[in-house]
Order: sequence, then structure tokens, then C-alpha cells
Amino acid sequence: MRIVAGLERPRAGRVALGDEVWFDAARRIDWKPERRRVGYVPQDYGLFPHLSVAGNVRFAGRRPRPDLLERLGIAHLADARPAQLSGGERQRVALARALARDPHVLLLDEPFGALDAITRQRVRDELVDMLAVLRLPTLLVTHAFDDARALASRIGVLEDGRLSQLETPAELVAAPATVAVAALTGANVLGGTAIRRSDGAVIHLDGGGTLASAAPAAGPVRVAIYPWKIALTSPEMAQLTDRVLSVREDSGALVVRLQRCLVRAPVSAVADIALAEGALVGLRVAAADVHVLVA
Amino acid sequence: MSTGHGIAVTSAGGSPSPRRAAVARAALVAGAAVLMAVVLTFLVLPIVALLTYQPVHDLIDGLRAQVTIDAIIVSLKTNAIAFAITVVLGTPFAYILARHQFRGRSVVITLVELPLVMPPAVAGLALLAAFGRLGLLGSELQVLGVDLAFTQAAVVLAILFVASPFYLRGAIAAFEALDGSVLDVAGTLGAGPVRRMLRVGIPLASGGLGAAAGASFARGMGEFGATILFAGSFQGVTQTLPLAVYSLFDANLDQAVAIGVLLLFVSAAILFASKLILRSWTTWTSPSSLRGVRSISAPR
Repeated sequence: MRIVAGLERPRAGRVALGDEVWFDAARRIDWKPERRRVGYVPQDYGLFPHLSVAGNVRFAGRRPRPDLLERLGIAHLADARPAQLSGGERQRVALARALARDPHVLLLDEPFGALDAITRQRVRDELVDMLAVLRLPTLLVTHAFDDARALASRIGVLEDGRLSQLETPAELVAAPATVAVAALTGANVLGGTAIRRSDGAVIHLDGGGTLASAAPAAGPVRVAIYPWKIALTSPEMAQLTDRVLSVREDSGALVVRLQRCLVRAPVSAVADIALAEGALVGLRVAAADVHVLVA
Repeated sequence: MSTGHGIAVTSAGGSPSPRRAAVARAALVAGAAVLMAVVLTFLVLPIVALLTYQPVHDLIDGLRAQVTIDAIIVSLKTNAIAFAITVVLGTPFAYILARHQFRGRSVVITLVELPLVMPPAVAGLALLAAFGRLGLLGSELQVLGVDLAFTQAAVVLAILFVASPFYLRGAIAAFEALDGSVLDVAGTLGAGPVRRMLRVGIPLASGGLGAAAGASFARGMGEFGATILFAGSFQGVTQTLPLAVYSLFDANLDQAVAIGVLLLFVSAAILFASKLILRSWTTWTSPSSLRGVRSISAPR
């Protein structure tokens, strides 16, 4: 993100927006940050403490922007100093200031990192609405998959500085490419050994039990299974068994924590299964829902 | 459980009885009080002695004397010029030095700090060696028709050489302490390097800059050694207040003391002002501040 803004210079690569090339190591192009039209909102918002809210916003456009203050619901704070604002207000001021720049791209670095859990939810919803209205290309960095899914049309997963997958949130969940993507999107990741079959593979899990997979695989593998794709059954008719650690209800579903994985099932679907702590339960997963990962 | 453990340890260690502990504490407090009294007396006694050396009307007479008025004018004029040059050139210099990494940066900073530790008399000699009639640049300056030695310009140079490093060092530290991310953001908002410095860097460092300016100005007002060697002590031309104190010391001690009292008040005022600047600056940047809270409770 700092590279896109021009605040850091990579050794190689290229940064371009449309036909405008902002950085190209090979062609020795490197625009200064002030020349790139970015609306950058850093994690700590980087507000100017010595300027009022209106002054902060005016800094970017060199003219007062009461319309922006109005639009972001901070017009009543125009004379306040950043130190007097709450986290959510600061974020809106930083956003207003970034927009006053008339940016061609919006850069949001961990926009919820500095907020508490309750404010976070509200600010995120506001940001969803705001981005829908703005229709600006937006690059957002976050560690929370929920935030990314709520805000992004496409999610790129960075692992050790490399982009491992760039897809829509739904595609990411439908086919996680790596263990990290699977874990990030909330899947259970289990280890096992695959044996190839005509219709895919059979996977003998390390802790016991076998799963069928629609995708072909052979040798040691890892599989990702989403908690809401696992059906709980009685132990006798299961592909694998596991012991219950805890059960809690979460918005109409039961979240069952087992020794080896997490299961999320509608309350009605598990009505006749004993889920006491320590109880042995059976698990079934459809072959299409077993994602074989490159280990 | 922990208290029981604590008691066991203290009794095993043979701790003093409560009465002895109280005595020990009282002795400690008394010792601290004596130490404070000795240090404060040593520092304050000479100041009190100076202030009470003569009756107030003699003091005022001393300040009204022509030699004093001349010295006040010379001091104010030379210090104002030196101070302006220091701040106008020194601020961007310090900013560049503080915010950029380049080869030889630490050497430059060391060179800036050198006059701070140099004896003022040596500074005066060095200035003579550089700008004096027989000095390094003496013949070049003479060609240009500039003769610095024993002029007011020489006083300004002496003050600049001795006092400006105080500002430079403080300003470099103030700019180094800035949150770089705020300057980065200013850049992404379209501000070039000059606007970043003027609108963000300097205002945010203003507390540190003010303190540094105060230290530098105080040092300039008190400058003696370099000035007397390089500029001499001519009443109405190069005789600043400290030089007047020295030249009156033999001739008229009462007048010397009067000027001393004046300089004392100037120093105290500078100290007070820089503390004030620093405090007001920390209040308006700190989040706990509630100053200027107006339309904060949201009318929504």
C-alpha cells in the first residue's frame, strides 16, 4: 500500500493506474507521492493534530469542502481538533480528507485496526455504504476475512509477501488454493494421505477416518473443510468420528467444537444427536466439499 | 498466601522493629530535606545577593546611565539580527538534516555541535583567524571593502557562531521526533516538500523549536568571550550588555550590578517563555486536552 502511494520504493515491479504508470523499476519511472492521485488513509489515520477537522480536509484540496464534511456526517465537528474525536469520527475525517484530494484510487490501510469491536461493526457498515456510493477503485488491507468479505469485490491473499490467490470472496471460499487461504476463510484444515481413484481420491486422515474427495490427489495432502459443510451423525454411520469439546449457539446455528475440527450446523439438523461434552459423534462430508490443498 | 510469605521473609531477614523503621524513614526525609536546602541555597543565594546588592533607586539610576542604554541597544540589535538569521536559515537546515538520510550526515551533525563545546574565547580566536584583517578570508573581504573586525557585524557573527548551534541541535531533535507517517500523508495529499515542511513539519515541531529558540537566544544575550575577542568592547558599537558588565566592573560596580540584574530578568523571562511554549504545545496536541471543546456533542 505504501508502495502504491509512493512512500516506499520496491526494487522491482510496476505500479500503474489505467494508462498512467506511476512506478516501473525497469523503465526508471517513479512518481512522487504528491503527483500520484491517491486517497491514502493510514492505519492510525495520520490526521494533522494542529489543524481542525475542516483544516485537515482543506489541506488536501486547498479549499474548504463543507460538502464532504456534510456527506460524511462530520459537519458539526468542523472546528474540533483530532485529539477530541472518537475513533470512528477520526476515520471519517481521514476519509473526507482523502476524498478532498479527488483521488483516482482510495487506499485504506487496516481501516478498523484502531477501533473497538462495537465501533468496528458500525464503521464497517458505514464504509460499505460509502464505497458503494463513491464507485472509486479501492485497495483495502486487513487481517480479518470478515472485513474483507463485507467490503471487497475481490480479495487477494498475501502470504509472506506473495499473492497466493486473487478472487471474489465466494470463489475464495469455494476453492481455497492454500492452507493459509483455507484457514483465513474459516475452514478446518486436516492432514492425511490420499489414494487416487477413478472418481477422485480417498483420503485416510492422520487421526483416523476416511474421506472421499471429488478432486484427484495422491500422497500426503491437507484437506480444507468448511464448518457449515459438515453433517453430524451417529458414530456408526460416519466417515470419521470425533469427541465434543464444547457447544454454543450462534444466530440460529450450533457451533460444535470437536477435538479435530469445528462444525456449524442448523439446530434442527442435529436435534437427535447427543452433543454432551465428551460425547463421540460421527461426521460426514460430501466429496465435493472436501478441498484438497497443496500441502 | 502472599502476605504470609512476605512476613516470613522479613522476620527471617531480621527486619527492624516498626519504631526503628519509622526513625529510619524520618532520617531519610531529613537527609533529603538538607540536601535540597544545600543545593537550592547554593544556586539561589548569589541571585538574591545580586538583587539586594543596592537599593532599588540606585538600580534604576544604573539602568538609566548612557552606557547601559547604549549596551541595551547594541545587545537587542545584534541579537535580533543573529536570531532572525538563525531561525530563518537554521529551521530548513535542521529539517533537511533531520528528515533525510545521506552520506556524511552524522559528520555534519557533529560539526554543528562543535561550537557548543568549544570555549567561547577559542571561538573568538577562530573567528578572528577566519574573518579578521589578517585572517583566512581577510584579504578577500578587504578587496570587497568589508572590514569586519570591531564592528557590529562582528558582534552578530560572534553571536551566530556561538548561539545558533543551540537552536540547530534542538531543532534537529524536534524534527527527528516527528511522526513521519503524518508527513507521508501530507505528501499523498498533494503537498510538495516545502509545503510539507511549512504546514506540517514546523507546526508539529513548534514546541521543540520554541524551546531551542529560547536556549539559543538566551545564549546569544549572554555571549561574552567570542565577542570581546573578535569585536572588541566599544560603547555604542560593539559593547553588548555582558561586555558592559565587564568594563564597568572596575569603574562603576553599582552600574555593573544594575546591568547584571537586567540580564538576570532577561534570562528568567526567556526560561519562563520557553516553558510556557512547551506546555501550551503539549496541551493542544495531547488527547486528554479539553481546551476549545465547542460543538463536540453531536447534534444528530
